[in-house]
Amino acid sequence: MDFTQVIQAFPSLGNGLLLTLELTVLAVIGGVIIGTALALARLSSIRVLSWLAGFYVNYFRSIPLLLVITWFYFIVPFMVGWVTGTNQPIGAFTSCLIAFMMFEAAYFCEIVRAGIQSISKGQVNAAYALGMTYPQAMRLVVLPLAFRKMTPLLLQQSIILFQDTSLVYAVGMMDFLNVARSQGDITGELHTFLLFAGLVYFVISFGASTLVKRLQKRLTV
Amino acid sequence: MISIQNVSKWYGDFQVLSDCSTEVQKGEVVVVCGPSGSGKSTLIKCVNGLEPFQAGTIVVNGTSVGAPKTDLPKLRSRVGMVFQHFELFPHLSITDNLTLAQRKVLGRKEDEARTKGLALLDRVGLSAHAAKFPGQLSGGQQQRVAIARALAMDPIAMLFDEPTSALDPEMINEVLDVMVELAREGMTMMVVTHEMGFARKVANRVIFMDRGAIVEDAAKDEFFGSPRSERAQAFLSKILSH
Repeated sequence: MDFTQVIQAFPSLGNGLLLTLELTVLAVIGGVIIGTALALARLSSIRVLSWLAGFYVNYFRSIPLLLVITWFYFIVPFMVGWVTGTNQPIGAFTSCLIAFMMFEAAYFCEIVRAGIQSISKGQVNAAYALGMTYPQAMRLVVLPLAFRKMTPLLLQQSIILFQDTSLVYAVGMMDFLNVARSQGDITGELHTFLLFAGLVYFVISFGASTLVKRLQKRLTV
Repeated sequence: MISIQNVSKWYGDFQVLSDCSTEVQKGEVVVVCGPSGSGKSTLIKCVNGLEPFQAGTIVVNGTSVGAPKTDLPKLRSRVGMVFQHFELFPHLSITDNLTLAQRKVLGRKEDEARTKGLALLDRVGLSAHAAKFPGQLSGGQQQRVAIARALAMDPIAMLFDEPTSALDPEMINEVLDVMVELAREGMTMMVVTHEMGFARKVANRVIFMDRGAIVEDAAKDEFFGSPRSERAQAFLSKILSH
């Protein structure tokens, strides 16, 4: 065990961690936005819309994330090229980000849907009785209340997403875990580096999870 | 002002309203009473289209509520409603509760809405609580804010759906006082309530409902003096006996 090697590798490990965090944050933001749209579609009285959203959610929840990442790596550049009419390479980061957003949206959708359904009919009626339209009632009353209730669940799902970003090694991206692994290979200190990486994942995930629990207590009071 | 003609409503096979007809004139206060499950709340929610109905017509200030082309949000913005469980928006301060719909629905300016809201809050005696959140107020206070919120929209009529049923006894009067004052100012009101004291004080007419039908629709004195139907007599003796 030679931790000096780890210390020397801090700059590249830092870059890897930055990429992991960047991917996590952007995927959560995109996933929640797409997930909310999907939830509204699933709850819509328009049959086709709710069926399509339901199919989307069930499909993405039934296939492995690794499959989505590799599949999108090949298909996204092709699709982007087809839409924009150019042939520019878009890079692994973009394709991975899109893969995560779309995959996680299926999970976020179910959280948001449960959140919307937990808002009482009385609140919705009060919004309507004041003359609000459906979009206004959703935007001004139902969604703000629902997000308040589901923040702990959304954060919990985001922590899982943070861990899942390590799967981007499959398309050769140098995220935190992949940097640690390759540095370990180069220096011959693989165990030390993996131990260290595990510690960092634990501290971030467990720390965030503890924060979420505290937040949960505050929100339920 | 409000005209209800032959309204019927079903939940599946179960008929909740059968052939209800009545009128509420401008400036009139009509109290709707009856045993629970008699359809009074359902009927009052049909008036602003919160509950759809399958037969009959309801016309509010010249607009047919059930017609497919009716702009329901616009109609509702002109008819105030107060609910049994207050339904203030818990994520907004009292001031924001009072101004939200004024700004977003009526398009009023921030300070105009605020001035209006705070004046009404003062009227219900709660100006000290403007910055608080609904959860910090008692039930009676929340219901008074809810009345102020509805009044902020300058409604042409007010609907009350059991406004005091969820309140502790000592808070009922503070809400009724506000409603009595409103009635005396000439507001058109349709009130579902069991508070017969309120009905005696300010109602012009009393409607008695049972099993989804309007059994009695009479002037106040007539209703309390000599109710025609047996069911209304039985109901009155039950709630007035102690």
